[in-house]
Amino acid sequence: MNNLFNYIERKSPIHELTGATKLVCLFLWSFAAMTTYDTRLLVVLAVLGIALFPVGRIRLKDVSFMLWFTLVFLVLNTVLVYVFSPHHGTEIYGTCTYLFGLSGHFAPTAEQFFFQLNYILKYFATIPFVLLFVCTTNPSEFAASLNKIGVSYSVSYSVALALRYIPDIQKQYHEISQASQARGVELSKKASLISRLKSASAILVPLILSSMSRIEIISNAMELRCFGKNKKRTWYMAQKFKVLDYVSMIVCALLLVASLVLTHINGSRFFNPFK
Amino acid sequence: MNDVIVEFKDLGFQYRAQAKPTLYNNNLTVKKGEKILIAGPSGCGKSTMASLINGLIPFSYKGEITGSLLIKGKESRDMSMFDISHIVGTVLQDSDAQFVGMTVAEDLAFALENDCVEQGQMKNKVQEVAKILNLDQVLRHAPSELSGGQKQRVSVGGVMASDVSLFLFDEPLANLDPKTGKSAIELIDELQKRTGAAVIIIEHRLEDVLHRPVDRIVLMNGGRIVSDTTPDELLASAKLAECGVREPLYLTALKYAGVEIRPEMHPASLHDLVLSRQDEEKIRSFFIKNQKGKRALPEGNLLSVKNLSFTYEKTEKQTLKDISVDIGKGEMVAIVGTNGAGKSTFSKVVCGMEKESAGEISFAGKDFSDYSIKERAEHVGYVMQNPNQMISKVMIFDEVAFGLRLRGVPEDEVKERVEKALEICGLYKMRNWPISALSYGQKKRVTICSILVLEPEMMILDEPTAGQDYRNYTRIMEFLKELNDRGITIVMITHDMHLMLEYADRSIVFNDGRIIADKTCAEVLTDTEIVDRASLKETSLYHLAGKCGIEDAAGFVQSFIDYERENVRK
Repeated sequence: MNNLFNYIERKSPIHELTGATKLVCLFLWSFAAMTTYDTRLLVVLAVLGIALFPVGRIRLKDVSFMLWFTLVFLVLNTVLVYVFSPHHGTEIYGTCTYLFGLSGHFAPTAEQFFFQLNYILKYFATIPFVLLFVCTTNPSEFAASLNKIGVSYSVSYSVALALRYIPDIQKQYHEISQASQARGVELSKKASLISRLKSASAILVPLILSSMSRIEIISNAMELRCFGKNKKRTWYMAQKFKVLDYVSMIVCALLLVASLVLTHINGSRFFNPFK
Repeated sequence: MNDVIVEFKDLGFQYRAQAKPTLYNNNLTVKKGEKILIAGPSGCGKSTMASLINGLIPFSYKGEITGSLLIKGKESRDMSMFDISHIVGTVLQDSDAQFVGMTVAEDLAFALENDCVEQGQMKNKVQEVAKILNLDQVLRHAPSELSGGQKQRVSVGGVMASDVSLFLFDEPLANLDPKTGKSAIELIDELQKRTGAAVIIIEHRLEDVLHRPVDRIVLMNGGRIVSDTTPDELLASAKLAECGVREPLYLTALKYAGVEIRPEMHPASLHDLVLSRQDEEKIRSFFIKNQKGKRALPEGNLLSVKNLSFTYEKTEKQTLKDISVDIGKGEMVAIVGTNGAGKSTFSKVVCGMEKESAGEISFAGKDFSDYSIKERAEHVGYVMQNPNQMISKVMIFDEVAFGLRLRGVPEDEVKERVEKALEICGLYKMRNWPISALSYGQKKRVTICSILVLEPEMMILDEPTAGQDYRNYTRIMEFLKELNDRGITIVMITHDMHLMLEYADRSIVFNDGRIIADKTCAEVLTDTEIVDRASLKETSLYHLAGKCGIEDAAGFVQSFIDYERENVRK
């Protein structure tokens, strides 16, 4: 229930990077992973991304919920791609190598397998990094550094507040759902998906209403303490850029460059071992 | 002139969306170093008064101001909200919801950040404030890791950091357990002595605020100030009762005993209260006259819990340890103790919302463990503290019918049962109203009604009267009493010592996951050791008994309750 999507305070080099650095790195990294289908680079990104977890002292347990979620999604996605276009690989790589002596529309080809392998690798190249970003970025410090890179402070602060209230809202959701279950709302697996979705609305309405009243209180509390008075504000949690910040950004930029160069060399986004 | 901080001259206010003004022609002056309590029933205009003083009106809430409001000699509507917030520091009612920062340190720094104070200087100031408020050990903690008292100290610190000349506390005692409430009042007192600032406390729990002296009490009713005088004068008058504000319990006891209250007796504080020999004699004879034998306990257990333990999976913290308790049919019981002592967890386990790790629960002789949460709800209904968390329909009728419809009860039976429940709850006339048109107290009734319709034998209510004024409190509690008279067993989780004394037959005291006492409320609230361990507060009747030389304090309290139940409430 907890740690669905949420900052985990620990001491690590990754935690010490500024939020802005991590955000820039996240952009560079995802861009690098998105542009290419080159297996070699994707493997490097996936291994690197996963290797960063122990560096950031984030354990598998901390992100298990999100991992399961993506895994389910990944499996679904892979199956659907195969069902709807079993010849996508053949089209991309220009050859058709049937496997296991089968042939026909749904017969497996080496090209399709290779394409889907790359597809899966793309997930592994991006998702760990995103999770790492979420788990190691302190919302307040993130707001401070967003503000530093030019985002207006009221927007930055809203982002931080939203992140900070996620655990609160989760807790409230849990309480409301318990009370509704007592009244007879069925949320367990006994009920059909449709009736469960319907029941969820019985929880969302009170959740939204009570969140609205909280928003009013918090915005009053903020105004009473001068939020919005000046064009600028200072940040208790603000951090200065350190050497490691620059190094991280350079490394991520190099990864993006590598991705672009590989695309150029391969002549397309795909690395083709079948030629 | 210099030391006047706030001055109202014929001040009136009407909210834009409302047909009638909320405040009429009020005059009030608050000087530096003064400590003022503004009291009055809900809707009397005291919160509006607070919003006017701190600038939320007119800057956040729109409406028409008549007359004049001067803050340090300047007309408030010509100032900005930020100018005002440098003079008036506000601590809002819900210290949880007003926690803006991610951690204690950030929250203390929030106003400084907005004033563009440089980081190094800001850190020093935060350290300084944290030291004064004894928060320096928890600077890096998140709000959820703090106790209620610590949260309140953080809210105080947040305004203290900007050196204001008036502290405004809006219902500081709501949501606090009795002992924490007591220390909150002490904190406010020290704060004022240290800073020399003026303090305005808005609160309807008079007895608790008077734990430390105040200079004046401003009593409001219907948008007007009806009294602005010293506590002693006010308490000797009949004005409190006229406005529906509860007077300190010891004064009620004095009145029952036939003692006339005069300002010279210093009725504002039990400690300074002067009683003549005759007065003391009257109280003693009141006690002797109303003494009764012990009442028989009800027979037959409805809920029987044996050796119950519960551990949260996530945190691996054992929140219930070997709990054994019986609740009889037709009882009205209070569950008390600090936040986190296991009260709510206990009720959740009983209702099946959490699964016990060991122990047995039986209900009316049947083993409860095979029942699902939904099935248990037909026997034990659970009413959450905040009605907004339970309401999911637009219309009252649908809301009450919701539980029945989900159980597939045929529509004509639904209609019949819902109407009957609405009748009992006094909501029948409003059955076709939208819920949004109801007041908080009425919403509470709707949520109770929507549980009642399932015809449970027992109801568990979490803080049934939190944040309610005396009038609403009495309405809700009398309604519960009525349900109890109809044979429904009522269990109330509460911080309210008055509620416990007046309505519960028995109290079950939780402390750190265990039950440390299970006896009559009079016995609990006169037992110093239990009171201290469970963060309760002795009833002032206990001290009154001591003052009059009555040794059997519990007996005295019991006879007071019995007298009240028989003669005052019917």
